[in-house]
Amino acid sequence: MSAARQPAPAFWPAMIRAFLWAFLLAMGVLVIYPLLWMALGGFKSNSQIFDSPFALPESWSLRNYVAAWHATQGYLISSLMVTAVSTVATVLISAWTAFGLTRTAMPAKPLLIGFVLGGMMLSPTVALVPLVRMLQSLGIYDTHGALILLYTAFRVPFTTFLIRAYMLDLPRDLDEAAMMDGATPGQIFRKVILPLCQPIIISCVVLHILFAWNEYLFAMIFTNSPSVQTLPVGLTSMMSKQGTNFAAVFAAMTISALPIVIIFFLTQRYFIRGLTEGIGK
Amino acid sequence: MRGALVAQRARRGGQKIWALRWVSVAVILVGWFVYYPILNNFLVSTTNQDIFTGDVTNVGFENYRRLVADPVVRTAFVNNSLYALLSLVFQVFGAFCLAAVIEIMRSEKWRNIWRAIYFIPSAISTTVTGLLFYFIYQPNIGILDGMLTGLGLGQYARVWLGDGSTAIYAIIAMSQWQGFGYSTLLFSIAIQKIPQELYDAARMDGAGPLRQFWSITAPLTREMTGMMIIVTVTGAFQVFNEVMVMTAGGPNNSSQVLGTWLYEQGFNQNDMGYAAAVGSLIFGITMLCGVAQLWYTRRRRVLL
Repeated sequence: MSAARQPAPAFWPAMIRAFLWAFLLAMGVLVIYPLLWMALGGFKSNSQIFDSPFALPESWSLRNYVAAWHATQGYLISSLMVTAVSTVATVLISAWTAFGLTRTAMPAKPLLIGFVLGGMMLSPTVALVPLVRMLQSLGIYDTHGALILLYTAFRVPFTTFLIRAYMLDLPRDLDEAAMMDGATPGQIFRKVILPLCQPIIISCVVLHILFAWNEYLFAMIFTNSPSVQTLPVGLTSMMSKQGTNFAAVFAAMTISALPIVIIFFLTQRYFIRGLTEGIGK
Repeated sequence: MRGALVAQRARRGGQKIWALRWVSVAVILVGWFVYYPILNNFLVSTTNQDIFTGDVTNVGFENYRRLVADPVVRTAFVNNSLYALLSLVFQVFGAFCLAAVIEIMRSEKWRNIWRAIYFIPSAISTTVTGLLFYFIYQPNIGILDGMLTGLGLGQYARVWLGDGSTAIYAIIAMSQWQGFGYSTLLFSIAIQKIPQELYDAARMDGAGPLRQFWSITAPLTREMTGMMIIVTVTGAFQVFNEVMVMTAGGPNNSSQVLGTWLYEQGFNQNDMGYAAAVGSLIFGITMLCGVAQLWYTRRRRVLL
């Protein structure tokens, strides 16, 4: 929303505009072409992938996609499970926490804020070695529960950070009025604050779905059985199993990328609005 | 009278304690699965663990001594630093300029379209993009060498991931491709928050687009830029997925980063103690970045 919203001034010659457009377009092609190549590869036969990598598929047969669909179904279900449950858990817990940190009086509040938000700085890689032993002794190694717990625990700090920043800017009159009317904190949370936070909640849901659907490190190390493994891990093991059938791997990659791209496009407007209102306050 | 006051105070105190329920789940979860393992990592790093017999021997700082002398750790550190440096150039500076160019456009529809298109790779898992570029870099089926040959630059075609001198750059290039749209989006958001009147006033004073960029856009998005620099550097020292998927650190450990070296030592060589020491190194570096971030945001009143 900047410089040249008004009619183009004289110093903004058509040449520069054309150049900028060409640049944006080139960047767009650079982004889209590899993805298109991947999706098209799923339609090709294996020999065509080798012989003419640039050509369009000879036939638009869905054979590879059907095969990849069957091969990835189990992983897909695991990914859906883990993503759905950890998203609900993370966003709910973070909203609770943010409410507590912005709307209630509690002892040692600055310390608690530091503790929860400080978790953002800690990286999953560093926790890896001890977590193996921990999850084994809890008996949840190689279960969906392990991934759900870890995804929630590692994302609550960031999600709380976003929701809290949003809640801090909400006017206090509304919850004060509700308090006068005798509403309990629980009611204020559910009926007043949570509905007002809808934009940032949607952004947090989308951000968490992106994270959980795509997470690889924990999924690779803490799951073993194909029935538990999520898509990213499934893809790499499919790659090593069917290493020579590239066409099927291309199709499987496309299948695992597609849902998330669709989700992004469907929620784009809300997602960006939430981020706009939540960031830099 | 006095008793009533005490009772009231106690009730208020009780309410305060009861308010802790709002944060209790988060505190337990984060404490148990984030803080505790990271503290525990230091203990593990002072031991050698035999996974077959389960024996744990205390070795003090032996693992750290090995860490300092390990040439692969040095390679990994250099690779992580390269990652950070190139990401700063493309994903911070480049994305910022790109966002400024996009936001200059008059058509809101096109602004949205470009931002959305550039964002697509960021929505896709690094496993998928890593595998995709693994194929793109292949000499026989990949399109990169084919394109170079087609452009008459055949002498530059090579086995990008199989060549120790190019593997890490090929991986970093993929990472820039994937990540620049995300930072462009965030910078766009920051630029949109600048009041339009400032630009109007600047134009009245006869400032051109470049002048407006340097005098208004750049200084007023410093908060976001600072955050992005720190987030990018932190991310560069935690990188794992793309390296794991594309080369697993090879050939000859030339594209090893700290994260993959930790994995290799701990989960392939079963040397958990040493892996934990590598973890401590990652922790130290990201902690420095974290403290810088805290200091930065405190100063700029974002936090608290």
